[in-house]
Amino acid sequence: MSISFDLATIWAFVIAFAVFAYVVLDGFDLGIGILFPTFGVGRERDQAMNAIAPVWDGNETWLVLGGGGLMAAFPLAYAIVLPALYPPIIAMLLGLVFRGVAFEFRWRDPRHRPFWDFAFTAGSITAALAQGITLGALLQGIKVAGRAYAGGWLDWLTPFSVLTGVSVVVGYALLGACWLIAKTDGATQGHAYRLARICGVASAIAVMAVSAATPFLQGGYYHRWLTFPSVLFAAQVPLLLGILSAAFWWALLRKKEGLPFVLTLGLYFLCFAGLGVSMYPHVVPPSVTIWEAAAPENAQVFMLIGAGIMIPLILAYTGWSYWVFRGKTGHAGYH
Amino acid sequence: MFGGLDPILLARWQFAFTVSFHFIFPSFSIGLASYLAVLEGLWLKTGKQLYIDLFRFWLKIFAVAFAMGVVSGIVMSYQFGTNWSVFSDKTGPVIGPLMAYEVLTAFFLEAGFLGVMLFGMEKVGKELHFAATCLVAVGTCISAFWILSANSWMQTPVGYAINTHGQFVNAGSWATIVFNPSFPYRLVHTVIAAYLTTSLVVGATSAWHLLRNSSDARARKGFSMAMWMAALVAPVQIAAGDQQGLNTLEHQPAKVLAMEGDFDPSPHGAPLVLFGLPSNAEGRVKYKVEIPKAGSLILKHDPNAPLPGLKDFPREDWPTVPIVFWSFRIMVGLGFAIFGLGLWSLLARWRRRLYDWRWLHRAAIVMGPAGFVAVIAGWVTTEAGRQPWTVYGLLRTTQSASPLAAPAVGASLLAFVAVYFAVFGFGVWYILKLMAKGPQPHESDPADAPIRTAGIVPGPAQGAPGSGA
Repeated sequence: MSISFDLATIWAFVIAFAVFAYVVLDGFDLGIGILFPTFGVGRERDQAMNAIAPVWDGNETWLVLGGGGLMAAFPLAYAIVLPALYPPIIAMLLGLVFRGVAFEFRWRDPRHRPFWDFAFTAGSITAALAQGITLGALLQGIKVAGRAYAGGWLDWLTPFSVLTGVSVVVGYALLGACWLIAKTDGATQGHAYRLARICGVASAIAVMAVSAATPFLQGGYYHRWLTFPSVLFAAQVPLLLGILSAAFWWALLRKKEGLPFVLTLGLYFLCFAGLGVSMYPHVVPPSVTIWEAAAPENAQVFMLIGAGIMIPLILAYTGWSYWVFRGKTGHAGYH
Repeated sequence: MFGGLDPILLARWQFAFTVSFHFIFPSFSIGLASYLAVLEGLWLKTGKQLYIDLFRFWLKIFAVAFAMGVVSGIVMSYQFGTNWSVFSDKTGPVIGPLMAYEVLTAFFLEAGFLGVMLFGMEKVGKELHFAATCLVAVGTCISAFWILSANSWMQTPVGYAINTHGQFVNAGSWATIVFNPSFPYRLVHTVIAAYLTTSLVVGATSAWHLLRNSSDARARKGFSMAMWMAALVAPVQIAAGDQQGLNTLEHQPAKVLAMEGDFDPSPHGAPLVLFGLPSNAEGRVKYKVEIPKAGSLILKHDPNAPLPGLKDFPREDWPTVPIVFWSFRIMVGLGFAIFGLGLWSLLARWRRRLYDWRWLHRAAIVMGPAGFVAVIAGWVTTEAGRQPWTVYGLLRTTQSASPLAAPAVGASLLAFVAVYFAVFGFGVWYILKLMAKGPQPHESDPADAPIRTAGIVPGPAQGAPGSGA
């Protein structure tokens, strides 16, 4: 596997970065949504909500960059993948509608707050499940004819895509629990520690199940992962995963506050790198490569100038915003 | 259940529904963000409690409207791919970068500083907070810049070549594409529309409270500011609309002829059709009431100038005339009504009756939603008028859609309709409840609301001034 740093490859990394930023940032927002019913009505729920209220909107914007960037840099991939994944994409969008408005609506309407809390959780679970199914459907391959999707409208639904869907729900819940450990104290934090242990074990099982199933999907993943000599390179990913998992468990038992979240980010990064190894250089496995789907050079150069200037700026002011809202959140909170 | 329906028609309905619903929120939040920046700036300059009360009041409404704009906007960014994948493949290399720039320069800016704007006053101090408010306001305008550029390129495509895959690609400079011929006109018209829409909402809310208590200082200030806006900006908007009409006549004549209801060519000057029932099938306007030569006077600034008719164009290139004809009249009629309200407020000011002329206040309340209706009617005019093309004159709508079956598009359309009416119905109700309560003396900052943990303090619905943002 050789990587040449041409424009299409650079854009593949930019899109991958946007998707990764979305997954880990909105991942903890959605994770808190997923875990929301386990928190006590009142103080605990308000505290959990306030831990993400000032930042969720910025986190979600990475999803728009991932989607918009895909359309701009790899229009063919965007045009194939979205019709292929029509039902889960629509479900994700509707889930995000409920999740997003719940932030404001639950404060505006105490009488219907139980309903908006339910919408917050149902929307978060739907969005996470749909994103996981999208990942699985992409990995298992999409049928293409000419420049269009050529499969049926339920092709995405397989045991494997359901497995990846559930795995993402569990993984987001782990991120959410770890974020709450860092951002809360008292009873809410104690509850978050318990949730992180459960979600940690469940996530480990999920990662192992997906890793075990992936090489046996069609599309040459087996060769990429399990044949000599690539296995020597590929084996580093599970090895590092094991080391980080052990460190995560230690940090959890030692009641470290910030470390579990940071280590979870590391675990996500390794899983993401593993997915990259599986997919590269395809943007729509098994048939469309990043070069086939790439927009013309002048479009990619024009956008790269913008991305090169704006993404560092975005990271800087987003970082500043996180800094402003650093520390533990109260339950009286921002509202 | 959708077996007999055309999936492309369903996809068009889905786009029309989701984009119309979506645009209600930005057309309000673009104006409101700027209004908030003005209010906070006045507060910093004068130190008057009045301004910060108004600021905090409208900030709570902004938070609800903005959240609805965000979630309905994400749907739009994916809808190009779900229902219009061929369009995305073919135009992605040209309009994709414009939308990517919108995300990079506008969406992140708005989202990044919104948190500080809503919750950060205590944490960052007045000056930095004001900077955050200004950046959110600037972000809304940058967003309008890019999305209007992309939409305008679809109306007046320039600077492209078509490659071997049938994709539109940039043939020269990005500046040519970004600043395509209709873009400046459409940007100005849209942003002014957003400001007017917001001023009418502020005016109606203030008028509602003036009817109850004409000495309410916050309602007086809000009403006065809103009526200045309507009086001064509505005529500018009418002029901007006229200029856009001339631009459209130059680049999209069939659209203007549909707006005017001119099926037949008028070699000696076109009439202005005021009302009537246009029919594509019959190729005429039934029962029409018209002013001779006035159409040419408006469009050519010369009563005897010849104008073509739709019949000069192939029938398969006609838009659906009744939609364009009527939506255009709704927009123009409301535009003049807004101008009339502005003039009435000037008369009231001159007679020193701005705050106690009850019929003026009632009229302002009736006109509260007029901006939204005019904005949607205007978009219907320009988008339905672009038909039957997605890229004007180059790519037909029928050749732009995804390879989809009617049940998939129909089911998702039903889901969007159900969810949008339910969710945004609640949202609009919450905004109306906030408006009905009105700005209070010493309006609370969203950030230092009293503890309102449901289990401990029984939640006063909208009772206490501090019940949140």
